[in-house]
Order: sequence, then structure tokens, then C-alpha cells
Amino acid sequence: MSPFLDLSRLHKTFPTPKGPLTVVKDFNLPVRKGEFIALIGHSGCGKSTVLSMIAGLSDVTEGGIILAGKEVVAAGPDRGVVFQAPCLLPWLTAFENVMLGVDRVYYTATRLERRQIAEYYLSVVGLAEAMHKRPAELSQGMRQRCGIARAFALSPKMLLLDEPFGMLDNLTKMELQDVLLDLWQRDQKTALIVTHDVDEAIYLADRVVMMTDGPEATVGDILEVKFPRPRNRRQLLEDPAYYEAREYLIHFLNERSHHRPAPVVHATPPPAAKPPGGGLKRFMHAFAAL
Amino acid sequence: MHATARTFLVNTACLLAGLLLCLGFWILLSATVAKELPTPAATWEVAKPYVLEPLAKRGEQDQGILRLVGYSLALVAKGYALALLVGTPIGFLLGLSKGFARVFDPIVQILRPVSPLAWLPLGMVLFLSTGSQALENGALFTIAICAMWPTVLNTAVGVRAIPQDYLNVGRVLKLSRTQTLLKIMVPATLPYMFTGFRLSLGIAWLVIVAAEMLTGRTGVGSFLWNEYNNANYGNIIFSILTIGLIGFVLDRLMSVVEGRFKTV
Ligand SMILES: Nc1ncnc2c1ncn2[C@@H]1O[C@H](COP(=O)(O)OP(=O)(O)OP(=O)(O)O)[C@@H](O)[C@H]1O
Ligand SMILES: [Mg+2]
Repeated sequence: MSPFLDLSRLHKTFPTPKGPLTVVKDFNLPVRKGEFIALIGHSGCGKSTVLSMIAGLSDVTEGGIILAGKEVVAAGPDRGVVFQAPCLLPWLTAFENVMLGVDRVYYTATRLERRQIAEYYLSVVGLAEAMHKRPAELSQGMRQRCGIARAFALSPKMLLLDEPFGMLDNLTKMELQDVLLDLWQRDQKTALIVTHDVDEAIYLADRVVMMTDGPEATVGDILEVKFPRPRNRRQLLEDPAYYEAREYLIHFLNERSHHRPAPVVHATPPPAAKPPGGGLKRFMHAFAAL
Repeated sequence: MHATARTFLVNTACLLAGLLLCLGFWILLSATVAKELPTPAATWEVAKPYVLEPLAKRGEQDQGILRLVGYSLALVAKGYALALLVGTPIGFLLGLSKGFARVFDPIVQILRPVSPLAWLPLGMVLFLSTGSQALENGALFTIAICAMWPTVLNTAVGVRAIPQDYLNVGRVLKLSRTQTLLKIMVPATLPYMFTGFRLSLGIAWLVIVAAEMLTGRTGVGSFLWNEYNNANYGNIIFSILTIGLIGFVLDRLMSVVEGRFKTV
């Protein structure tokens, strides 16, 4: 079975005044349906760039993205995006912000049904009371909740989240992580989250993808997180395997992220296919990076 | 509470002091260099019939001040509406399309500084075929074309300043072009548009006086000019004060509307 989302030999080059800058080079990642992927890496390495290519908001320079058997060429409501800043339209209420997408996706449903869909997702994220307020009247956490409700209400095939909880306090962050996991499990989505937070990555993801530093960033290593679901924070914190995983990720970020990987993939991604780039080519890249 | 009452008192005192200074200067002028200039008291004497019976209609030009202002405002309203109707879409096109901007930006820059006094004769020539309506149409044309530019330019700036994030929301939701325009671009540009609308209104009011003077259409502007010809110099000052006051009120009103959209 071919992967649900397949990033193959993905390149991204930006034109800059100093000539073209290759930010992402030869990025390969097959993702199973229903899988939760966390993408970590140093600031500026190109995580958002990869995410916005999958979202279709940024063109792919070279390589390809296949989602559910179709090549990604433009943005669309089959991918719900939760932006780093919540990006709500300030002139609409929380409810209207969610309705904007719902109206679009469920155009065959009646007005009442559409309202119910929006209200359902807003109450799941805990905004039942505040849904008729404008973003300016909401706290940062509430805005982010609204952004999540908007993405989920589209009933997308895939969820893309770019550091969605980066600006929140710890308590709100943990609560929203649980909201996210809850929705993800309920609707059996495929999800990809970009994060700086190693603990968040382990708590949420089935696989943590580590990116090497840019420019020419790529997949440095992949860690499989095998804790059973639903996960329990307390139990996780008592498990020595949790600290091993944490240590592994931190070690990567501190020591290994500066080098492009040797042509071996650490964990075995679901279809154990050879990356299309070919071993020799990857080796040459690794060689060139030294 | 105490502090606000205090600042109110201080502000009022400053305003009064400014007014007194101006009055003093006026009296001084009429007593020394400009002997023909009526004193404040003499000005009040000639202006009195127009102020005390603001809605009187004694003749074509001899009407109460509110009537005169009403005629001027009616013409300004029409010209201003025209300016907004034409200026806003042009502003949107300039902001949206690089090609359109490249073609029309230089033209806008050249037409913008042209004085209303220069547009008016052209306007009248353009509408010569409308016969008795030519004066009125020419005046409308002049108001519209002069008042349009701030709306055009501010709208264009506003459209260019729409945050990419908002547009991305539209792209993710795959909104159609019309939907993106109506649901995202127009609301995001409104604050800029209203700044343009306010500045445009100021210009429209500025142009009305010139337009009325040249066309002789009844209103505050032509009243001022007639009273100059009749050597009722007090009414020149009276007209100037009226025009200034109305302009000020219009600007305040638009600021309130503009402020509403700024908070969004
Ligand atoms: N439009 C662009 N033009 C030129 N360079 C760009 C552009 N967008 C991003 N870059 C560069 O690409 C690199 C990666 O940017 P990106 O935003 O993907 O990083 P990131 O990993 O998401 O960082 P952070 O964790 O801080 O959000 C950066 O060095 C950035 O300067
Ligand atoms: Mg980023």
C-alpha cells in the first residue's frame, strides 16, 4: 500500500538578493494514514517551509508531494491548517470565522446543519460560551482554540499545525494538546505538527521527524514513539523509556543536527521503501555537507 | 474625574485665549493697514440677517445661511459620492494588479496635483452638450475628480497592506475570487478606505467654493463672491467662518466613522 502522504525528494529554493538559497534539500518522508507526525528542528531550519508546501501555500521547487493518491498543487480545504499565529479574521466573531470554512465545505448542507457543525467544534475546544466574541475580545489561548476548531470543522483529510501552542502558557498548552489528541482520535485524521517542544513531540506523535539545520535541511533522523494510546501524561513521566526518547531528541538537536545524515534511515518508516533519491545520491550530499 | 475636569478647563481656556488673540489681531488690522476691513462688530451687523433667519429665502442669492450651506452640501454630496464610486474600484485595481499600477500610477501622479480651477473649464466643455445642465455637471465633474485621489491612493495602499496570513486563510478555504474580495479583502482594507474617504470629503468641500464662484451656482461660495462684488466685505469674513466651521464638522463626523473601523 502506498503511503497516504508522500514527500519525495522535496527541494525548496528561495530567490534572495545574494542568489538562490536552497532551504530544504532532498526531503523524503512517507506518512501512513492516521499517523501523527511531529517535526522538530532548530529555528530557521525550514520546518514551516515544509509545512506550507504540504499545505499548498508555497510552491515546490523540485520533487513532489502526493496526498491520498493525488499530487498537491494548490491549497485546499482537504488540509486543515492551524497557523503559528491563529490568523483569525478580526472583523468576524469566532463563530463566523469557523463558519467561513464550514459554509465552503458543506455547501450542500442546510444553514441549520452548518451552524450546528461550527457550534459543535467550537464547544469541543471549549469556546461554547465565547463563540460570538471577536478575536480582540478573546485571550491568546482562546484564539488558538478557535483556529483549531476552524481547521477541524473543515473535516480535512490531513491536519497541518505550525507551532500551534508556541505562544501559550504551560497549562493551556497541555489542555489544548489533549483537545487536539481527542479530536484526532475521534476523527481518525492524519496529522503533522511542527514544534520546538521535545516533550510535546513525544506526547503527541507516533513518529518524531528530526530536521538537520539549514540551509539545505533534510530529515536527519526519525524516532518511533511506541507508547500506547490514549496516552497518560503521568504514566509517561514515570516511564524510563520516555526519558530515553527525550534524551535522544535533545542529543540530536544539540549534537547531530549540524550534519547531514549518513545514507541510513534509523527507524523503519511504514513502507520500508528505499527513498527515491537513491543511496549514492544521499551519500554524495552527506559528503558535500562535510 | 478630577483630572478630566481639569484638562477640560485648561483646554477651554486655551481655546478662548486663541480666539481673543485672533479677534485682537483682526481689530488691529481693520484699525491700521486694512481700513476697508470691517471690524468684528460691523461684520456681525451685516451677517445678522443671514444668521438670525437661517432658512429665509428673500431672493435667488439673498437667502439664510443654512439654505446656502444646504445647496453647497447637496452638490458636494453628489460629487463626493461620485468620487467614492469611481475612486474605490480604481484604488482596488491599483492595489491588486501590478500591471494596472504600472500603467496608471504615473497618470494618477500627474493628474493629482491639478487645481480644481483648472478642471472646471474642462468639465464645462465636456458637458456642453447638456445645455443648461452644463454648469452643474461641470462642477460635479470637478468635485469628483479632485476629491477622488486620496480615496484611490489610500485604498491602493490598504490593498497592498493586506496581511498575507489573511489571504492564506482564503486560500486554505479555497474561497472563490468574489468571496475572497468580499469576505477578506474589502474588510481588511476598510480602515485605509475610510482614511481616504475622510480626506476626500475635505477636498470636496474645498472645491465647492471654487466651483460655485466660477459657475455662479447658488451656495456659500457664490454668496461670498457676490458679497465681494456688492462691497459687503463683512459677509466675506462671515462666509469664510461658515465654510471653515462646516468643513470642521464634516471632518469630525468622518473621523468618528473612521474610528469605528480602525478599532477592528
Ligand atoms: N520567502 C522567503 N524568501 C527567502 N528566504 C526565506 C523565505 N521564507 C523562509 N526563508 C528562509 O528559509 C529558512 C527556513 O524558514 P522557516 O520559516 O521554514 O523556518 P522554521 O524552521 O519554521 O523556523 P522557526 O522554528 O523559527 O519557525 C530561513 O532561513 C528563512 O530565512
Ligand atoms: Mg516556523
